[in-house]
Order: sequence, then C-alpha cells, then structure tokens
Amino acid sequence: MLSIKNLTVNVNDKQILKGINLEIKPGEIHAIMGPNGSGKSTLSHILSGKAGYTVTGGSVTYQGKDLLEMAPEIRAREGVFLAFQYPVEIPGVSNIYLLKAALNSIRKHHSQPEVDAMDFLTLVKDKVRLLEMDEKFLYRAVNEGFSGGEKKRNEILQMAILEPKLCILDETDSGLDIDALKIVSEGVNSLRAADRSFVMVTHYQRLLDYIKPDFVHVLAHGQIVKSGGAELALELEEKGYSWVEDSKAAI
Amino acid sequence: MTTAIASRYTAEYPTIAPTLPGQNLVWLTALRQEALSKFSALGFPSLREEEWRYTNVSAIEKKLFAPSVIGKVQETVSKELLSKYQLADAWSVVLIDGHFCAELSALEGLPETVTIMSMADALAQQPDNLERYINQAVNNDEHSFVAFNTAWFTDGLFVHVPTKLILEKPVQVLHLSTQNDALATTRTVIVAEDMADIKVIETFVGMDAAYLSATVTEVFVGCNADVTLYKMQCESDKAYHFGGIYVKQAKDARFTHHNFAFGGLLARSDIHTDLDTASECELNGLYLGINRQHIDNHTRINHLKPHGISRELYKGVLDDRARGVFQGRVIVAEDAQKTDSQMNNRNLLLSNDAEADTKPQLEIYADDVKCAHGVTVGQLDEKSIFYLQSRCIDEETARNMLTFAFANEMVDKIKIKSLHDQALEQVLIRFPQEGVNKEWL
Ligand SMILES: Nc1ncnc2c1ncn2[C@@H]1O[C@H](COP(=O)(O)OP(=O)(O)O)[C@@H](O)[C@H]1O
Ligand SMILES: [Mg+2]
Repeated sequence: MLSIKNLTVNVNDKQILKGINLEIKPGEIHAIMGPNGSGKSTLSHILSGKAGYTVTGGSVTYQGKDLLEMAPEIRAREGVFLAFQYPVEIPGVSNIYLLKAALNSIRKHHSQPEVDAMDFLTLVKDKVRLLEMDEKFLYRAVNEGFSGGEKKRNEILQMAILEPKLCILDETDSGLDIDALKIVSEGVNSLRAADRSFVMVTHYQRLLDYIKPDFVHVLAHGQIVKSGGAELALELEEKGYSWVEDSKAAI
Repeated sequence: MTTAIASRYTAEYPTIAPTLPGQNLVWLTALRQEALSKFSALGFPSLREEEWRYTNVSAIEKKLFAPSVIGKVQETVSKELLSKYQLADAWSVVLIDGHFCAELSALEGLPETVTIMSMADALAQQPDNLERYINQAVNNDEHSFVAFNTAWFTDGLFVHVPTKLILEKPVQVLHLSTQNDALATTRTVIVAEDMADIKVIETFVGMDAAYLSATVTEVFVGCNADVTLYKMQCESDKAYHFGGIYVKQAKDARFTHHNFAFGGLLARSDIHTDLDTASECELNGLYLGINRQHIDNHTRINHLKPHGISRELYKGVLDDRARGVFQGRVIVAEDAQKTDSQMNNRNLLLSNDAEADTKPQLEIYADDVKCAHGVTVGQLDEKSIFYLQSRCIDEETARNMLTFAFANEMVDKIKIKSLHDQALEQVLIRFPQEGVNKEWL
C-alpha cells in the first residue's frame, strides 16, 4: 500500500524528517506516536501533498506509484485521506456541498458518472447516524463555528463517505471527550477493511484502547526510534517518551 | 450680493418645485428651501471632502438628470424586471422613476393598524405625523446628497408599525428606473414603535439606461423594537446610485442591515445609526465589482449611550478594473461606557487592476469599552485551498469555490428564502461558475 524509504524533509532549510522508513500493507493499522514537535504532522502533510516542504531525499511509493509526484487532489482521488489535526473553517461552503463535490471528483477520476442525488443523501445520512451527528451539520458551513470535537468528527464523516484506501489521522483524538472518542473510534473501526490501511498519528495512547493498531512506531526528532506491536503503546504510556528518546541517544 | 451657483441642477429647481408633493405644508417648504440653499452653495460632494475622497461624482453634474412625470412611465415598465425582482412572499410597494405605482403594488391582507402608503399620500393625509420624522434621523448638513434629496424628493414611502406589532411578512420597496437621464429621488420613512418587529427590503433595479437614483431612508426603531432592513442594489450597469440610510435606535432597540451592492456604474451607500442605551446593531455588507464599477459604502455607528453592541462585517470582491471603497466609522461617546463593538472589512482582489480602499475609523471617548476592528485586502487563504485539494478538488476549482464562498457567507445571512435566492443568483452571474455547481447548492 505505502512504502516510505529513507525520507528526509526540510522546512525553511531546517531538517524536520531525518530518514523515515515505513512499510504499510493493505488492511494494517499503524500508530505513529511521539512527543510534540517530533515531526508527526510534517509526515502527514508530506503524504497528502501540502506545499511548503522540501523533500531532500528518499521516496514514497503508494500503490506502486510515486506519491510525491502527484498533486494533492490526485492523491486524494487515488484514495489518500488526511484527517487534519486542525481542520480548516470554510464559511460559505456547506458540508454537504463539499462532500458532493469531493465524491463526484473521485467518481470522475475513475470515469464514473455523478452520484445520484437520492443515493447520495441516503449514504450521507447513514454516515451521519454512524457518527451520531445532527443532520443539521450537513447544511452548516464547513467547520465554521464547530467545536474542536465537532470538527474532528466531521473529518471522520468525510472519511466515511469518501471511502479512502489510506487513511491518515493526525491527532484525531485530541479535543475529544471520552464519549466522542468512542463514537469516532467506532466510526473508524467500521471502516476497517482488508484493502484499507490506517496511519494513526497520536500523542497519547488512549485512542489505541479503542482502535487496536497492528504496529506502533515512535517518532522522535524526525526519526522512527522504535517500532513494535500494540504493547509498545502501553509501555510508552508507562515509561514516558524520555524512555525512547534516551534509547535513541543510545543507538 | 450674489451667491455662486455650484450646480446646474439648481437652475432647474423652479420648474420642478410646483410638481413636488406637500407644497401646502409650511414646515416642509421651509425644509426644502433650506435644503435647496445648502445644495446650491455646495453642489454635489467633491473629492476634497474627507468622506468623499475616494468617490468622484462629478459625472452627475455633467449630465442633467431630471424627474420624470407621473403617468408617462407606466407603459415603459418592464414586466420582466418586475417578475424577476418582486417578491411573492412579501407585501410589496413599487416605485417607478420615483413615483408610487398603486396598480403594481401588493398590500392585500396588511393588518389594519399598519400604515404603508406613498409619501405623497402620507404628506396629504397625515402631515403632522410626517413632520415628526422627516429630516429627524438626518439633516441637510450631512452632505449635499441629503440636501438634494430633501429639496427634490418626488415621492417615497411611509411605513408605520404600531407598538408590539410583529409583522409576519416582510415589506418590499421596489425602486424601478425605466428611462435614460431620469432622476429618481424618493424619501422613505420607516417607523417601528416600541416592541414592534418589521423586516423591510429595499430593492433597486433599472432597465438598461443611464439614470440617477438618489434616495434617503430614515428609520426609527422604538424601545426594544426590532428592524431588519435589506438593501438589494441591482441597478443598471450605467446607473448612478446614491442611497442614504439613517437610523435612530431607542433603548434596547435592534437594527440589522444587509447591504448587497451588485449593480450601478457608480454606487454609494451611507448607513448611519445612532444607538441609545443597550441597543444593538448589526451591519452586513457585500459588494461585488466587475468591469469599471465603482462601489462605495460608508457606515457610521454612533454609540451615544452605555451598553450598546455593534457588529459590522463588510466583504468586497473586486475584479477587472473595479474599485471598492469602504469607510467605516465607529464613534463611542464619553457617556457610552461598556460599549462592545466589532468592525471588519475584508476584500478579495481578483485582478491586478482592481482596487480596494478601506478606511476603518474608531473614535473612542469612553474608557471602559471593548472595540475591535480588522481590515484585509488580499488573496485567498492558502490553507483553505489545500484543505479543498485534500478533499479531491483541483486548485482552480478550489479557488473559484472559495471566491464564491467568500461572497456566499453574506448571502447565507439572508433569512428570507426568495431574497436569498435572488442574491445568490446575482453572485453567480458575476463570478466564474466553474467550481460552483448550482444544482448542488
Ligand atoms: N512551517 C514551518 N516552519 C518552521 N518550522 C516548522 C514548520 N512546520 C513545522 N515546523 C517544525 O517542525 C517540527 C515538527 O513539527 P510537527 O510536524 O508539527 O510536529 P508534531 O506534529 O509531531 O507535533 C517542529 O519543530 C516545528 O516547529
Ligand atoms: Mg502535530
């Protein structure tokens, strides 16, 4: 699904990612954990094609293609989805409009006809129920005036409707209370499929109580300093990030 | 001693005066005379005046717009314009080239205690009442368009809503200009007594002609009353438009204004409101300029007493060689402690030749207040573009979508469905539709 090899990235001539290696197979859930400032969002942004970063070395291959060569919207249409850490507010565009525009862009990309209006509404309302949101949200402007938790839920709603292949969740758990966290996690779990992979970026392990990862990687100072199974998250929780940061120093 | 005549219009006045309404009224004649002498001395505003420094109206003086004669206008009325702009879900009053037109107005079912009548009729039937309102929310010294309107107004509308009455349907005042070189000078007075509630829509449209519409609207919002006024300015693209709206808010009164400036070659709106204790006002504006349009909006929020709240958001989208002007003044008097005021003007420039002049002014004489203002002139937000791209939208579509959204934020504030759809249509005909799929909205 995704293969990151020796990826190095600069922002404003400062090296932020210092040689990332990561292999993600279809159906796998990978958690990327790490202290603030370790480069988690940078990695998420690089995968989704945000401008302002310079790739100085390495490669990213997605479904056999060079991901870094693709425009952001092409990546999205090919199935890469980033649930933002800080979703943007877009006054004047309703949620439902954006969903329809996005879904139809994907369909066009795959030479499919526009989605039928009734089918679309049924699909959207299904997913709204899944995430226990109020239907009114559909007709409100994208993220405008949403609480932090509502924005995160809205990201997952988009994901559920667009059915991407590679889902990158950047700190989706932050700003969620425990009930919302459960709902969002159930939403994510319902999307698990043999041909769909997840990259869960998180600072805390509590999200991983609800969405059990196959692999956990610890990012520190722009490098993956430790990888393991789900149990690594618990160990981290117990010992703190200084444990791995120290272990990196020992490498 | 001779007085220099600053305007050619003055010379025409003696022939026009006998045709104006309310001539038997001593107070009105005195008011018109005062206005005439002020206007005669100054002429139309010049660039030397601080509040007119961005807007050159000298073209009006070069032409000679003249009031049209009643009766002559009917046959030329475009049915198409009327059917497009007259709102079905409102009581509507049609003014053609500055004269009330009873046949086209629709006031059936209006509660008996509510008065909606032409200014000419009101001056004939209840002059004493009108004396209490005309030139009470503004006076001839404001600037010479106001003096001009006072001296020249041919008709207009009087709206009175009694205490506690909540008018269910909005009232639309449809100003229609039909002739080249015509002058439409109307005066509208809107009175909402204590605790009354009314929504009024002022629509300005015209046939494909060069004309001048110079209107003044005075609004009196009683204690704890609520007035929402919409302005849909869709004048012809050859037209000159001046529209002044002057508001007096009593204690706890709420006034909301939505100002949509779409048409006109040169269009200027003044919206001034005086707030008493704990009154609230909200001023929203959207101006879209294309080709060589010049659109000027001037607002003044005058906090006279404590605990007032004002919110103002004006947005402009300017393309081609269009120019947008925003001058927003907020005045907080010494007595107006605990005032809470926010003013914002945001401009989007779509072409290198477009121009936005923005001048927010805060004049604060009280010490315990919360006042904020912000101004932006620029391009679309890159973060938003990327967000849309990450949702499968290509960059150009994203840009068009965000331009539309920028304007649509103001359209979305319209609570009246039919009016909302009209405004949406106006936005869509002016900006690239690639990226905005009408069927999905
Ligand atoms: N635009 C930028 N300019 C300069 N430094 C940046 C920029 N974006 C991120 N950084 C730096 O890169 C590092 C990693 O940031 P980020 O990827 O956001 O970390 P995380 O998401 O793990 O908290 C931090 O030191 C941050 O300050
Ligand atoms: Mg981050």
